[in-house]
Amino acid sequence: MLELRNLDAGYGKVQVLRDLSLHARPGEILCLLGRNGAGKSTLMKSIMGLVRAQAGSIWLDGQRIDQLPAWQVPRLGIGYIPQGRRLFNEMTVAENLQIGLMARRKGADVRENVLNMFPRLRDRLNQRADTLSGGEQQMLATARALCLEPGVLLLDEPTEGLQPSMISLIRAAVVALRKQGVAIVLVEQRVEAVLQVADRVTFVENGQCVLTVTPSELHADESLLHRYVGV
Amino acid sequence: MSRAVGLHLGVIAALLALQFVLPAYHHGVLARVMVMAVFAMGYNVMFGYTGLLSLGHAMFFAAGMYGMGLAMKQWDVPLVPAFLLGIAAAFLLALVVGVLALRTAGVAFMIVTLMFSQSLFLAILHFGAITRGDEGFALARSLRQVAGLDLAAPATRYFAAWGLFSVVLLGTLALVRSRRGRVLVAIRENEERTRMLGYDVWRHKLMAVVVSGTICGAAGAAYGVLFGYVGASFSQVPYSIFPLLWVLLGGAGTVIGPFVGTLFMFYLIDLSSGLTDAYMLVVGVALVLLTLFLPRGLMGSLRDRGMKWLP
Repeated sequence: MLELRNLDAGYGKVQVLRDLSLHARPGEILCLLGRNGAGKSTLMKSIMGLVRAQAGSIWLDGQRIDQLPAWQVPRLGIGYIPQGRRLFNEMTVAENLQIGLMARRKGADVRENVLNMFPRLRDRLNQRADTLSGGEQQMLATARALCLEPGVLLLDEPTEGLQPSMISLIRAAVVALRKQGVAIVLVEQRVEAVLQVADRVTFVENGQCVLTVTPSELHADESLLHRYVGV
Repeated sequence: MSRAVGLHLGVIAALLALQFVLPAYHHGVLARVMVMAVFAMGYNVMFGYTGLLSLGHAMFFAAGMYGMGLAMKQWDVPLVPAFLLGIAAAFLLALVVGVLALRTAGVAFMIVTLMFSQSLFLAILHFGAITRGDEGFALARSLRQVAGLDLAAPATRYFAAWGLFSVVLLGTLALVRSRRGRVLVAIRENEERTRMLGYDVWRHKLMAVVVSGTICGAAGAAYGVLFGYVGASFSQVPYSIFPLLWVLLGGAGTVIGPFVGTLFMFYLIDLSSGLTDAYMLVVGVALVLLTLFLPRGLMGSLRDRGMKWLP
């Protein structure tokens, strides 16, 4: 389980996260909703050690991780797919996956599982990453993160700019990962998408988690969306 | 055997065969090209594959050259141990410079490496009593003998340069095809993403600096041994720019590119200087045209236009 306890974090003297606490359990999808600038992406970067915690702590399966060097965090089993995908553009699909596999010395069986999840990538193995469509790039970014066999997966707006058919594929993959017991923290702007897949929804405002509800509770009180997301 | 390995072995075989075909003049030129290509290949590990732009690689070349030369001249160390001492000197310098310079990035990294290199140049001048300062010193032909072989003789010198070139070319090929080599490329492509896949980016970058500096040191030591001269000019700024130029011309991030770039530059100068006194103008125009029309260098452009297997 991933747990953030009373976390303060920010950039230099600019504090973004304030006394933020949340947890993500294995086999659930926790969606983060909030206005632009609320601190959702900073929250993910803090978990990964890219933004240092100024106070509070981050725990993964009982191990404190906020004081570790950033590169050690993925090795503990946290996968992170940031906004904009950030592939190794001059490498092929196969090479991108290989870099992911090598990080935790995973073998061909993991690669097969990943390619079974995204069969379209199998046809593109020798194609350069920057020649893929937006949806395929998102698949590759997700597949590469899955090569680490993460227990926790952080997804920052994975469907941004994708066509509906690609969004469905990505969503199906996320749901499949939940079935495998992966804890998923998902930042998403599309409220309807959140409601379809989330087990819990947490609203982030001014660097704090102000409210956590279930999708059915959110359906019942749609004024929450207006209050915290502005829709 | 893959096409990539075949190509590199082919180049090595062709260079060996050329020894028996070329006139004596070109033996000397090609021997120099091969040693300088080793320098460029070392630079390429750091710049072409890892994306670290150094403006101070002359220091590693000079460290190898002076480490070897001073050991022979001042302390009468035999050639082979002296050569290894030169490489060790470059290795240690690269380790120290890497640990300090990698605290910076981008432009600051370029400036820091430049300053380190200038510091070494000034130190060579300052300790002129030992290094003979600006003037440098020659290594007598009698010192440049090993196992009955005279390394000052054109044929032996050619084979020695070819041997070093072959080892470094194949070594670089093995490195870039290895797990660590792929991680270096990933760092060049996206440092933060590489870190987020669980790689210790700093350690890999340090490895790149050390490998690069050590190879450049081997080139410097070899140059001193084969051409019999150790001089402060090799630690000056132009010798930090040359490998960058050769690598860019040949194709940064290609194994064979640094050799192609070095060969091209040497022969462009050699041929144009035979035609006109304004040969630097010819060289300048050629470089501008190449940069405009083949911005990824000769081999880089070939890779973009079909030879995608080129490492």
